[in-house]
Amino acid sequence: MYANGFLFVIIFLALGIILPVASLMVLGPLLRPSHPTAAKTSTYESGLEPVGDARARYNVRYYLFALLFVAFDVEIVFLYPWAVEYHALGLYGFGEMILFIVLLFIGLLYAWRKKVLEWK
Amino acid sequence: MERFFLAWQTSSLTGSSFLGMVIGAVIILLLILGIVSYLIYFERKVIGWMQGRIGPNRVGPLGLLQSVADILKLLIKEDVIPTNADRALFLIAPMIAFVPSFMVLAVIPFTATHVFTAGLNVGALYYIALSSITILGIVMGGWASNNKYSLLGGMRSAAQMISYEIPLGLSILGVIMLSGSLNLNNIVAAQNGHVWFIIPQILGFIVFVIAGIAELNRTPFDLPEAESELVAGYFTEYTGFRFAFFMLAEYVYVFAISALAVTLFLGGWSGPFLPSWLWFAIKVSACIFFLFWVRATMPRMRGDQLMSFAWKVLIPIALFNVLLTGAVYEIHL
Repeated sequence: MYANGFLFVIIFLALGIILPVASLMVLGPLLRPSHPTAAKTSTYESGLEPVGDARARYNVRYYLFALLFVAFDVEIVFLYPWAVEYHALGLYGFGEMILFIVLLFIGLLYAWRKKVLEWK
Repeated sequence: MERFFLAWQTSSLTGSSFLGMVIGAVIILLLILGIVSYLIYFERKVIGWMQGRIGPNRVGPLGLLQSVADILKLLIKEDVIPTNADRALFLIAPMIAFVPSFMVLAVIPFTATHVFTAGLNVGALYYIALSSITILGIVMGGWASNNKYSLLGGMRSAAQMISYEIPLGLSILGVIMLSGSLNLNNIVAAQNGHVWFIIPQILGFIVFVIAGIAELNRTPFDLPEAESELVAGYFTEYTGFRFAFFMLAEYVYVFAISALAVTLFLGGWSGPFLPSWLWFAIKVSACIFFLFWVRATMPRMRGDQLMSFAWKVLIPIALFNVLLTGAVYEIHL
């Protein structure tokens, strides 16, 4: 039944949390040693003394790809219900969706021309 | 026995049907832990043979206990938490990466009787949505470690996984159009006795396989873990069992994406003569073998090629596939 399916998913969620919690927080501390020293807990940097903080600036392109992703992910969300009801919507629905996809593809072409898709 | 496990799908909720659900979920969990340990053994052995080596052969007969030994060793290793790390995020990241990898298995139809399947009406969307939560765990782990390798590995992983998630989501649209349902049980039923969706959706299948391998961060798309430059990527600072949970999530996804490929494109459990669960196991094993084969064959891609390949090649092809599927259907009608 419909609701039972989601209960099954919630049981999976519970088991998925119980396994790491049980092995990392309950069973783990009983089995593993714990002797932290300053050298051991220092940041790994190929054996050298770590220089500065890791949270420095990084490439702005990561943000551009994140923005593109948001636009296209929303597109997918719109396409899914259309695909499910595709047979019922018929030719009119198909025409509408061609228009939608072409509009988004123009957006992709714009990003392409602006060289957002190049990784340098 | 089967009736006991099927009871919860058809009847309203009672104590015994709830018990059936819990036992079913526990069986899946134990099964997946067993599958993953032998997946790792299988991978090492297969790649060993492909490279003219023997592979693991010391622990137990034919090295069959190698993975068990590895897991036990990880369990008794010290859990080192770096002083500079963001402690709370560092501790929780492996769990956030692992939980969705296990949850996606709830919708996979393993057998014809649909035992152990939630059979959600949003099955395919559920898989795509949950598998992207793992990216959060990876970015969290990379950020919280406060290590340059981890941060770069985490950022690269995130950029790659979100880029390839779009072609992955688009490539299965054709299958949904043909079957008219997001429910994975119905998608398999639509293929049972008919032609498998790999034939009409060959373009979608190719995009799905490439995007699926990239989502798994496996060779030739394993830049986030490029060991020659980033040590181990986002889990550089992780040790012991926390490291094991990242690896576990990765290998559960290897199984899950193969199961999804089989369900969507290769007819799921359907097939003649043999029982349905055996057909499912054979097809999934073949898919997993293919992933190992690719890993042993292909060199790693270059970073700039990787990102533009998703946006300039895969997404246009996947969109074209959606339009093509629609157009063929309209003309055919």
